[in-house]
Amino acid sequence: MNIHKKIVDDLVANDVSFVTTVPCKQLAGVIQEAEARDEIFHIPSNKEDEGMGLCAGAFMGGKRPAIIMQNTAIGVTINTLATLTQFYRMPLPMIISYRGELREPVACQVEMAVHTKALLAQLNIPTYHFHWKDDVQEFDNILKYTFMCNKPVAILTDANFWGGYGDQ
Amino acid sequence: MIRSEILKEIAPILNPHLVVCNIGLPSQELHMIDDNERNFYMLGTMGLSSSIGFGLALAQEKPVISIDGDGSVLTNLGTLPTIANNAVGNYTLLIIDNGSYGSTGDQPTYAGMKTNLTDVARACGCDNVIEVQDKDLGPVLQEAVDSDQMTIIVCKCDSGNIKLPVITMDPVVIRHRFMEAVKA
Repeated sequence: MNIHKKIVDDLVANDVSFVTTVPCKQLAGVIQEAEARDEIFHIPSNKEDEGMGLCAGAFMGGKRPAIIMQNTAIGVTINTLATLTQFYRMPLPMIISYRGELREPVACQVEMAVHTKALLAQLNIPTYHFHWKDDVQEFDNILKYTFMCNKPVAILTDANFWGGYGDQ
Repeated sequence: MIRSEILKEIAPILNPHLVVCNIGLPSQELHMIDDNERNFYMLGTMGLSSSIGFGLALAQEKPVISIDGDGSVLTNLGTLPTIANNAVGNYTLLIIDNGSYGSTGDQPTYAGMKTNLTDVARACGCDNVIEVQDKDLGPVLQEAVDSDQMTIIVCKCDSGNIKLPVITMDPVVIRHRFMEAVKA
């Protein structure tokens, strides 16, 4: 199973047509897959809160949005999540690379990893953690759940899920 | 002219269109001058008016005007390259540049010092950037909305505020009626 393709297939099947991204090494494959699809308008953001603003506008314009970003971005998007996405009650699937977890080679990434779930819990954001490749089978249901409840929902995807961290 | 005087003058131009309005006094002023379902008032999240409006413009075909301020654009400067590189003709970004953080007590911004937002927008790749003095804004805005080319307007004006109550409308109501207006 190609998990990049599976993730983007599920986005398309759930009518997600507006995707913004801030890159991470672990997310390169899924970003490339999203960019390649005709059904998806992909717009890179310079910062994740900017991307959440774009997603809010796209949602109000009738499109289903999603953001693909790294977990370090939780540190810069809390205000936006609370005062825009949650306050105005908008859905936002957040596909997040969970850096600093098992198989992480960069020590500094652990410093935000240890706060990631606590911050998401503090914000009452429904959070799912993909650790094994097969965990991706739940993605379709998570998307349906997100657009059912009109909330931001976090899908944390760690290095083990992506099959390691490459050759570093 | 100060921002509230400008908004009063351009309200008839804004009225038929979808408007995303910046946090704080700009939204409170627009709400007082011409509250309608085509206005999306930001109650928080400084800096994202341009991003929300741009996402909306990308997602549908009606004209969209984001009303932003110099301080807010400085907060989210990364927005300008994104807008420049994905330009759409139904989008107008109106930056009301009074050189100050109006809603917080008129502290000076760097846009009122050495930083020129018109030059910044051009350097970020925005093709159609117009700097205009407050009294001349009306026709420039009308032309920007009517044209097929995305326009960034930097409107230079005086700093200064009027006293206004906060918007007490529920955010979900603001969002819902706005989305109905988008669909209408």
